[in-house]
Amino acid sequence: MRASAAAVWRFCRRKPLGAAGGLIVVGLVALALFGDRIAPYDYDETIAGARMRPPSARFWMGTDNLGRDVWTRVVFGARVSMTVGFGAVLLGTALATLIGVTSGYFAGGYDTVVQRVVDAWQAFPFLIIVLSLMAVLGPGRLNVILALGVAGAAGASRVIRSATVAVIGSAYVEGARALGCGHLRILARHVLPNVAAPIIILATIGLGSAILAESALSFLGFGVPPPYPSWGGMLSGSGRSYMYQAPWMALWPGLAISLAVYGFNMLGDALRDVLDPRLRGTTGGPIR
Amino acid sequence: MSGYVLHRLVVAIPSLLIASFIVFALPRLIPGDVVQLMLEEQASGSNLDDLRATLGLDRPIATQYVEWLGRVVRGDLGESLWTKRPVLGELARRLPVSLELGLLAVCFSVAIALPVGILAAVRQDTVADYIARSAAILGLSVPGYWVATLVIVLPAIWWGWSPAPGFVDFRANPWGHLAQFVLPALILGVASAAALMRMTRAMLLEVLRQDYVRTAWSKGLRERAVVLRHGMANAIIPVVTILGLHVAQLFGGTVIFETIFGLPGMGLFLFDAISQRDYPVIQGANLLIVAVVVATNLLVDLLYAVIDPRIRS
Repeated sequence: MRASAAAVWRFCRRKPLGAAGGLIVVGLVALALFGDRIAPYDYDETIAGARMRPPSARFWMGTDNLGRDVWTRVVFGARVSMTVGFGAVLLGTALATLIGVTSGYFAGGYDTVVQRVVDAWQAFPFLIIVLSLMAVLGPGRLNVILALGVAGAAGASRVIRSATVAVIGSAYVEGARALGCGHLRILARHVLPNVAAPIIILATIGLGSAILAESALSFLGFGVPPPYPSWGGMLSGSGRSYMYQAPWMALWPGLAISLAVYGFNMLGDALRDVLDPRLRGTTGGPIR
Repeated sequence: MSGYVLHRLVVAIPSLLIASFIVFALPRLIPGDVVQLMLEEQASGSNLDDLRATLGLDRPIATQYVEWLGRVVRGDLGESLWTKRPVLGELARRLPVSLELGLLAVCFSVAIALPVGILAAVRQDTVADYIARSAAILGLSVPGYWVATLVIVLPAIWWGWSPAPGFVDFRANPWGHLAQFVLPALILGVASAAALMRMTRAMLLEVLRQDYVRTAWSKGLRERAVVLRHGMANAIIPVVTILGLHVAQLFGGTVIFETIFGLPGMGLFLFDAISQRDYPVIQGANLLIVAVVVATNLLVDLLYAVIDPRIRS
């Protein structure tokens, strides 16, 4: 416990921006967990006589065209972003690890076939394949997680595969094999712990991309269905025509998305520098 | 050189085939039956088994795929479930709009990323570098569709200005036609410029530490020659790789930006098709996009050979 606290303190001293990112992440998780206690109203509660009020002491992010408190909806929106983000990354990372580690470890014909499939999968632009999957699966939070997880796995599996290839060339894996260890034991005890660093980094940076992608899906109307608030959804739909009279409706959800993605990007960047400097320059591309 | 090109072409074929199978399988992934879904969506009263037989869905999946692929190769992508028009013709009409948007976005992206990336690397750890890096991280975090929303909403509130509605044809008004692309392409380009700039900076920094760069300095060359001729020439390959990957992602962006700015391209077409679950159109658009992406990757590989003499031999 003392040792890990010291490690966190050292990380904060060395990477202040990364620590700031970590703080944002902790704040967002807290919003998502304790949303119903933090938010002053219910997420679809219409407050009588408070339609499109500008930010004030009572509604400090204003109210929307249906008289709902924007701050309340931003708080509940964090739930969608966090559950979808963590869910998609958990699924995507598990898939990517399975594909990447086995492909790198078993090599040969299996590797060739798997890599050609990954090639093909990567030929689809991320948002295009996610949208097409959503057309097939239909809207809903679980389906968004499924689509984002499956679509994101291919790229990450590449990095994990090359890390695995580097690990299995090492003397300790050769030694384990000479001692008669089975594949499962070598994979679990020797390969996985040594490719953990890139996996953690990919997952952290992937969280930012997943949140961005979820918000884009909701913005286009294929994410979490209303009236449950999601940040992307709050920027789209019926509210769009009211933004000319109530610009705060367009401001806060966008700021929330940017802050969340910024937090995960900064944390991921710093983790990468500390854990594995070889991965420099692998920060996600634009998904918008 | 020709061997290299041939090898690249041969490697591209299996990925295209597998990608085509993914596209083929897409509507078949739904739990239940595509026929039930089609009938439900179209609300027509015809018999389920009849429609299954017409679509060939009662035969083995491998047979279905080979037949489908045969039609695709002959340019038959089927017809839209809604408009009943051939998908290929509809796509061909819309592709130029998306290509124009994408190409302009790439131009903006490169025009921003390369100079800023080079400046940030050459002036490492100065104020300019710090600003460039912070701006890049901001560019990676801020969603483009939000910026687009603000760009449409705020000027309308402040100055009563808004982008003219309706699509301007090139033949009717060349300048107006180009002008309507500038704003979406700029926002789309800035998004990809952020990642490209970071890559440029990181690669150039690595190259500038090499011995041959020190030699170039000690020969008394000017900074411009050292950085551009000796530095950038060696740092450009990974930058081109990232650029190639971004072309694919820009296609994803066209769905959002064509929807926001009302440009009648492939992205908007695909968006409408997805909203209506128009599977032949979704399949056709995906196929065409994948083909463009694979072609771009090939082009990038060929570009390597042009840029880097080591690959040619």
